Amino acid sequence: MSSTTEALNGARYTWGGDEFLFVEIAEAMSLGANFKANAMAKLLGAEALDGVTDICPANASLLIRFNPDVLPPPDLEAAVRRTEAEVARATHPTLQTRVVEVPVWYDDPYTNETAARFRSGHQRPEGNDLEFAAAENHLASVQEFIERHHSSPWLVSMVGFVAGLPFMFQIVPQEQQLEVPKYLSPRTDTPALTVGHGGCFACIYSVRGAGGYQMFGIAAAPIFDPGQSLPDFKDFMVFFRPGDIVKFKPVTEDEYRQIQQQVEAGTYVYRQAPITFDLQRALEDPAGYNKEIMEQLNGV
Amino acid sequence: MAFEILEPGLSTTVQDRGRPGYYNVGIPQGGAMDQLSAEMANALAGNTPAQAVLECTYLGPKLRTDSAAVVAVTGAPVEVKVNGEPREEWTRLELAAGDELSFGVIRGGTRFYIAVGGGIDVPQVLGSRSTYGLGAMGGFEGRPLRAGDVVPIGSPPEGAPTGGPNTIEPELRPSFDREVEVRVMVGLYDHRLTDAGLRTLLDSTWTLTPVADRTGLRYAGPAIEWKQRQQPFGAGSDPSNIVDAGYAVGSIQIPGGKEPIVLHRDAVSGGGYAMVATVISADMDLLARSAPGTKTRFRAVTMDEALAARKEGAFVRERIWGGRVDAGSG
Repeated sequence: MSSTTEALNGARYTWGGDEFLFVEIAEAMSLGANFKANAMAKLLGAEALDGVTDICPANASLLIRFNPDVLPPPDLEAAVRRTEAEVARATHPTLQTRVVEVPVWYDDPYTNETAARFRSGHQRPEGNDLEFAAAENHLASVQEFIERHHSSPWLVSMVGFVAGLPFMFQIVPQEQQLEVPKYLSPRTDTPALTVGHGGCFACIYSVRGAGGYQMFGIAAAPIFDPGQSLPDFKDFMVFFRPGDIVKFKPVTEDEYRQIQQQVEAGTYVYRQAPITFDLQRALEDPAGYNKEIMEQLNGV
Repeated sequence: MAFEILEPGLSTTVQDRGRPGYYNVGIPQGGAMDQLSAEMANALAGNTPAQAVLECTYLGPKLRTDSAAVVAVTGAPVEVKVNGEPREEWTRLELAAGDELSFGVIRGGTRFYIAVGGGIDVPQVLGSRSTYGLGAMGGFEGRPLRAGDVVPIGSPPEGAPTGGPNTIEPELRPSFDREVEVRVMVGLYDHRLTDAGLRTLLDSTWTLTPVADRTGLRYAGPAIEWKQRQQPFGAGSDPSNIVDAGYAVGSIQIPGGKEPIVLHRDAVSGGGYAMVATVISADMDLLARSAPGTKTRFRAVTMDEALAARKEGAFVRERIWGGRVDAGSG
């Protein structure tokens, strides 16, 4: 896991016009870079600076929106640099978060129908996206790819693009990361709750719309609920937060339908458990640490 | 009080000053694309700048008011009609119960605004009445208006400013030109362009394509050169790709070196394309007023110049509101 353990040098600060400060933690994706982005976002949020309107941690960077009439740009930059220094001082970074089980019906007919509609122009016009992904990762079968996809947990490294869409990075050594190129030309349609993959990132499409990630299955329960009808959405319409740990659970069609009925009845709740995520242990012993994460979830 | 929508127009949505604070979960700021025009409509209708208006795109609606109402139409030049009779844009209009408001074809620009005394009174979602179409939330049922909708109008709030202008002075009205200069601050990932690539962006005349909406505006022009390099882990394979990052509103990305895209108020909040410059806050309204075909040049300015331009915008607002409300906020 060389690139994830190498020390991160100082971040790069640059302005996005007169209302945005952009902080690039690292050019490459790594757990360490993501951890730093989220830790800085948390600290900065706790400072509650007058004039800061949005703090958006991303995979390996941080975007901050501010009102320069209230907070002069140099003052904001100084405050963010102090946060960076404070995060760098932490010798044993941990994150108070939760692990969430997300049921997915892999290789389902809805996803395959969508993939078939946009097949012309795909890197692999024959077959479906799972077959393409298995071949790209030199795996013997679709089953093996699916197994790899759900057997190790993922860290929500960023939420966005559209409302409530989680980007996820698998907590495994870099050589075991599943990597799949995006569609050559983006689709004009993707059903909501499609489980996608582009580069080294997984996502769950929160709303119906355009998309360029390869499609592997469909999540059984909502992740964005503007009507806030389900218990998990009582406080906020968006389910995922950066730093969440996600464990995909493969479900059959019958299980998928049962979950759908619970969603309809307004009773479905995600299985989840609080956890203290320890970056160092995740980097040093991903397999062993992932087992512990699963024990936390299974203890619920 | 309500407006009954007889014809919806092409895309008529409820908008206000927007929904800041939720960009970190992908919910965009939203709000009226041309904030100054929307604000002027509110001033004429006797509202505060925070009240919700209707944003009409290209083709306006036809609507009937069920009560006497004060309205104003501002923004893209368009023929305003009350019961079929022409009326003035940029002016306070008194409607009687049963009057019908309709519009001709716009003569420039893209969007015009209808404000009504009391404001459009849909429920607030996350602190705003703005419509976020992709998320199907806010505004009127999270979508553009349809024929048959009955859109509620509020009562003028306690302490609403009185004695607002009857008309917006012509010299204060924004223009809707076919040639514009848009000021940008170079930054973010500009170092990934070759020197020639950056010069091409700043020295060329760009043409706004029809691919322009609340999310962003796409421009046609020459190809722009990116530096070739070994891409970092997790970034895509194209030299215009980065590890997915947050997108500044107003930022310019150039996927594959072709057709720069400027993100606007319903921006996707992040993605994997490098941004190389950002339109300054003072010129975002200018983009919103551009019609497809508009010849556009991007001129680089410094942070100090961007902040000075912001102050000039504040002076215009001060003249509209005349100190009756805190015009600077939002």
